[in-house]
Amino acid sequence: MKRRTIAISVLAATAMALGACSAGSLGSSDDEGGGKVTLSFLTDNQPETVKIAEGLAKDFTAKNPDITIKVETRPQGTEGDNIVKTRLSTGDMTDVFQYNTGSLFQALAPAKNLTAVDGFTDRLDENFAKTVTADSKVYGAPFGNFMAGAILYNKDVYAKLGLQVPKTWDDFMANNAKIKASGVDPVIQTYGETWTSQLFILGDYHNVEAAEPGWADKYTKNQAKYATSPAALAGFQHLQQVHDEGYINKDFASAKLTDGLNKLAKGEGAQYPILSAMLSQLIADNPGTENKIGLFAIPGSDAAKNGLTVWSPSAVYMPSSTTGDKAEAAKKFLDFVASADGCASQAAASQPTGPFAVKGCKVPDTVPQAVKDMQAYIDQQGGSSLALEFLSPVKGPALEQICVEVGSGIRKADAGAKLYDEDVKKQAQQLGLEGW
Amino acid sequence: MTTLIEKSSARSRSRAAGPAGKRAKSPYPHWFYLPAAVVYAVLFIVPTVTSFYFSMTRWTLFDSKFIGFDNYVTFFQEPALVSGLTHTIVYAVVTSGLKVVLGLLLAILLTSQIIGRGYLRSVVFFPVLVSTIGVGLTFTILMDPEQGLINESLALIGIDGPGWLTDPSYALLSVALVDVWKGVGLATLIYIAGIVSIPQEYFEAARVDGASSWQNFWRIILPLARPATFTVILLSLIGGLRSFDLIWAMTRGGPGFTSDVIASVIYKQYQAGFYGLSTAGNVVLFLLVTAIIFPLSRYLNKKEVDL
Repeated sequence: MKRRTIAISVLAATAMALGACSAGSLGSSDDEGGGKVTLSFLTDNQPETVKIAEGLAKDFTAKNPDITIKVETRPQGTEGDNIVKTRLSTGDMTDVFQYNTGSLFQALAPAKNLTAVDGFTDRLDENFAKTVTADSKVYGAPFGNFMAGAILYNKDVYAKLGLQVPKTWDDFMANNAKIKASGVDPVIQTYGETWTSQLFILGDYHNVEAAEPGWADKYTKNQAKYATSPAALAGFQHLQQVHDEGYINKDFASAKLTDGLNKLAKGEGAQYPILSAMLSQLIADNPGTENKIGLFAIPGSDAAKNGLTVWSPSAVYMPSSTTGDKAEAAKKFLDFVASADGCASQAAASQPTGPFAVKGCKVPDTVPQAVKDMQAYIDQQGGSSLALEFLSPVKGPALEQICVEVGSGIRKADAGAKLYDEDVKKQAQQLGLEGW
Repeated sequence: MTTLIEKSSARSRSRAAGPAGKRAKSPYPHWFYLPAAVVYAVLFIVPTVTSFYFSMTRWTLFDSKFIGFDNYVTFFQEPALVSGLTHTIVYAVVTSGLKVVLGLLLAILLTSQIIGRGYLRSVVFFPVLVSTIGVGLTFTILMDPEQGLINESLALIGIDGPGWLTDPSYALLSVALVDVWKGVGLATLIYIAGIVSIPQEYFEAARVDGASSWQNFWRIILPLARPATFTVILLSLIGGLRSFDLIWAMTRGGPGFTSDVIASVIYKQYQAGFYGLSTAGNVVLFLLVTAIIFPLSRYLNKKEVDL
């Protein structure tokens, strides 16, 4: 999900793909004398990611003067996936690299292409450790923060209309009716950037798991389907309902992520289902909104079981092509990233928008209101679970287009769910899973 | 004697060049062909053969597993395929048809005695020279339903413009119109060449017979510009069938799948990491384009000879 954080224009993507190709030769140049080692470090090119990576590189070199780290960037999204896979398969990967956890990490064939690291396993958050484990070996050090797929809402609009945070879908729809009557768009959707359309389905996973425990396993084994499982189908139905009831903004088909965030900040729209990490952009673009925006989990059918769906941070890995002195240095670097010092370095480089995945790392007290709301769900027993893509390697590539169709009234919810089940089949076969 | 030698050498030369010559001795030694043959084999034959092989594997870049024709089965069961195929054909026919009609009309205008003819001719051709991606991004902004120039202009005269690229029933046609705008210059150019090459005697004879300009058009220009028409149809049909860049720049096949063509379906599969499947798709696209264009080109060429 995070890999789609910004849909890049074709033009920019092409230019960046070319840039990434030529960057390959930079890393292997200087090893000269004095036991000094230079590590190349590939990250995606999202501005916040680059800030964190450069912060880590600087602070690590300050502690280990013999090791310098050079940050290189690659495009995000599927173009970036292709670059990572191609460089791994040709043995041309940088000495360390940052990449997604969960199903995308599994698709890298970790046992073959990556080196397992074990020095800091006991320091890792258990949920995170699961998402970088293959064949019971841990491969990555956490990079960035946990984030939630949830609904960001404008607290001013809620206060003005005297609304309560909804726990069930019916409460949510009742709120929407009141918000619409007051002349504000109840739900913001931005299909100009297609990945933003998926939140009602992907962010609903805690509710699916609560209604049908163990759904992810059955799903991986081809025993559970979106179209036939009522709890899972609900996500598609919700997406259709907000469109059919006319609760979404008029320009939903062309609006982009930035438009959506600004609408929410200005109170033109009341609620925006999105990833919580987008908060940093919202606050940067609309200063003074830190405490105006709140967060609640996507409502389900049962108020008692409602909870937050959480995305694991990405991780720093070491490819098996890194050997000798560089391997020693890379291990040290990964150990640093997964330490309290690493957390401090990351927090200094960029405003944290969620909890860290290293035990004992605390987020500062100055975090925005929405992050505090998120923390409340995480601290509560059974109040949160990982998103489906971290529990199952199966994720179809066409979900965003299908969601756009369902959310624009082109396709009905049950037909959309069925189509997605078909889409997922190709991915499962590609991974060689049993039972497909 | 000299004449005899000349004659025989002329005959042998004509035999070497003509298709009837069975094993005419080549004037070059074999090694002379080697560099070209190596380039051809490495860059064209090997990739073609391997692509046929990989289209029958489940390929992850790290390893590949032979699965026979499963990829083709999956590809033909793909729900997006049928709609993609329909869209491809609609797109190719619409762009090709409009380019023929508009190209011919513009060519007639630009071969008439108007002021600034040379300048107007080059203006019509300019869009052909501009980068497709640039055109696509520009028109995406112009066609924005809320803030786009097109709908704002329409609003001034009281028309509520549709979401050109966001309304599922218009998206594909909007892209096709932009394609026509961009490509009609080439069609016009071909037509101008075709019309200019019609001998003036026909027009003079028609004038003597008292033909109206309408009759001039139907009886002289249209039939005698037929080779140009065939060239335009063929070129724009091939272009339309394999069109991808403009569609990808403007809609990415969206909203949903409503402007997906075969090429964008294949591209998305490649992006998703289904390398074997998308290679199979490319083989299918290759066969499809060949199956449509090859007989069409044979047919049109035969007609051309008849003229």
